[in-house]
Amino acid sequence: MNNVYRLRKRLGRGGAYLAALAVFIFAVFPVYWVLATALRPTGEIFTREPTLFPREITFEHFERVLSGVLIPGTSFWSFLTNSLIVTVGSVAFAALLALLAAIAVARFKFKLRSAFIIMLLVIQMVPVEALIISLFINFFHLGNALDLELVGNLTGVFVIYIAVALPITILMIRNFVSAVPKELEEAAAIDGASGWTIFWRILMPLVAPGLAAASIFAFITAWNEFLVAFTFLQNNTGAYTLPISLQYYFGAVSIEWGSIMAASTLLTVPVMIFFLFVQRRMVSGLTMGAVKG
Amino acid sequence: MTQTLERPTEPEAQRPGRRSGLSRRTRLRFVPYFLILPALTVLAVVLLWPIGQMLYISLHDYGLQQLRGQEAEWNNFGHYIYVLTDERFWSVFRNTIIVCLSMVVLTMILGTLVGILMHKLPKWASTTLGLGLMLAWATPVISAAIVYRWLFDTRYGLVNTILNSLPTWLVGSGWNEFNWFNSPETLFPILVITVVWQSFPFVAISVLAGLKSIPNELYEAARIDGASAWRSFWNVTFPMLRPLFALLLILQVIWDFRIFTQLFILAGGITNRDIHLIPTYIFQLGFASTPPNYGMGSAIAVIMTVLVLVISAYYLRAMIRQEETR
Repeated sequence: MNNVYRLRKRLGRGGAYLAALAVFIFAVFPVYWVLATALRPTGEIFTREPTLFPREITFEHFERVLSGVLIPGTSFWSFLTNSLIVTVGSVAFAALLALLAAIAVARFKFKLRSAFIIMLLVIQMVPVEALIISLFINFFHLGNALDLELVGNLTGVFVIYIAVALPITILMIRNFVSAVPKELEEAAAIDGASGWTIFWRILMPLVAPGLAAASIFAFITAWNEFLVAFTFLQNNTGAYTLPISLQYYFGAVSIEWGSIMAASTLLTVPVMIFFLFVQRRMVSGLTMGAVKG
Repeated sequence: MTQTLERPTEPEAQRPGRRSGLSRRTRLRFVPYFLILPALTVLAVVLLWPIGQMLYISLHDYGLQQLRGQEAEWNNFGHYIYVLTDERFWSVFRNTIIVCLSMVVLTMILGTLVGILMHKLPKWASTTLGLGLMLAWATPVISAAIVYRWLFDTRYGLVNTILNSLPTWLVGSGWNEFNWFNSPETLFPILVITVVWQSFPFVAISVLAGLKSIPNELYEAARIDGASAWRSFWNVTFPMLRPLFALLLILQVIWDFRIFTQLFILAGGITNRDIHLIPTYIFQLGFASTPPNYGMGSAIAVIMTVLVLVISAYYLRAMIRQEETR
């Protein structure tokens, strides 16, 4: 009896390991395949007998991506610069605006407080995919009215990324501000510290990690964004961001799989790094309070 | 928590009321409004106003002339009547529901099973698997779509090569030049795999976090009562994690409803009329058709928004209730 139990347990554990291995391969293999393709010589990519591991490792595709011209007048570096400007810029703005709003919501009782929060929760649900037409039309009109070019360059994309990041960023940072004990601030106030001193010396050091997490969160979203950039930048190749530049490796006749995989790797690496930092917070941020019910 | 502060040298009494005019109290009353004003302005311009504009456009004849400034004419719900009686819309709608449901169901089942598996594995194995899941989860959506397009590539894709090398009696023949991306029957399953591949890790890791919060005694009690793994899942795990499952389910539905990029890349654009889901259909009507029909696109966008809000009502209600008790 005891032996049967032990055998069953051992078999069960073996099955668990086997299942884990299968899931692991399912999850990791496509990522591996990107890298393996990016590192193979072209001749090895376009073959009917692909091997699991590259027989020969080459960086030619990376070199081609980094030095090549995909569309006249552009380069990988111009796409990267555009992506960085629009992503870092919008995240910085969003973080600043969100911090101010989060302090208002976490530290003050005011009449429109719950209305504001409810608006954030609802607005967060409205899909950009549905809004894309009216966003385009609005920015077109707004640009005409203000004599600014908002469609066809990065400005419109920039502003949209700020707005899209705001609701979740405000709500996340609000939690961090609330977590700072009020007594600390009161004690400082009694000691005669001014509002600014309290803000910089007490609130900021404690809220900074939350601010960073929320910003990385917003960074990943903006860095990967496709639809808005694609809609607004279609006719201005000089303003392309990295994600929308990738589709231009799909030529009319053939697809440069080596280059596209190398470019894809370059796009993915920063996200992977940032992801390591916020992974846990992403789960708790997205499932806020759900476990407690 | 120790927070050291330099004591100010001058005594409290020497600080005069800094600004005259408004009392401190009145000033304080306006502070929160000043603080939310910048965020509110951006949200109003970029999200609130376009929501209103979307409704307006959907109720008017709105095309290129209107974009260039011509007066838009009220069309008496014409777009909605057209859309709701249009066979094409309903076929896109049906496809969206089927594809979205397949993604959600597969993601939830696979994610839950993997979460339970990770909970049972020893720590080293669970951590390793977790890192693997993170790779899939963190891959940018566009890269994910591209690699699946490559795996299923007609001529040089790994999948076709493998299928070709398997015996004919098992998988049939003709895989050599098989094109997966042209017809909905083969394209949508690949879309589903691509999306599930990226979304099940989030469910797995959330479920794992949930499982860790369930006291072990409950399972021991179930085991003593002779409950099978299946029973103890339905009688212990599921009831304990019901709010988590509800939330994950709603998030998945909302996210999968919005799929655009993956379909766009897998299908190689949106010119193929047969492969639309609601988001690409909106885009097609608004930007890719000649002439663009912003009114019709917006009507479908309104329908989509209403659907998403209805689906998320449970989540929103829970969130709002949580706000009220804060």
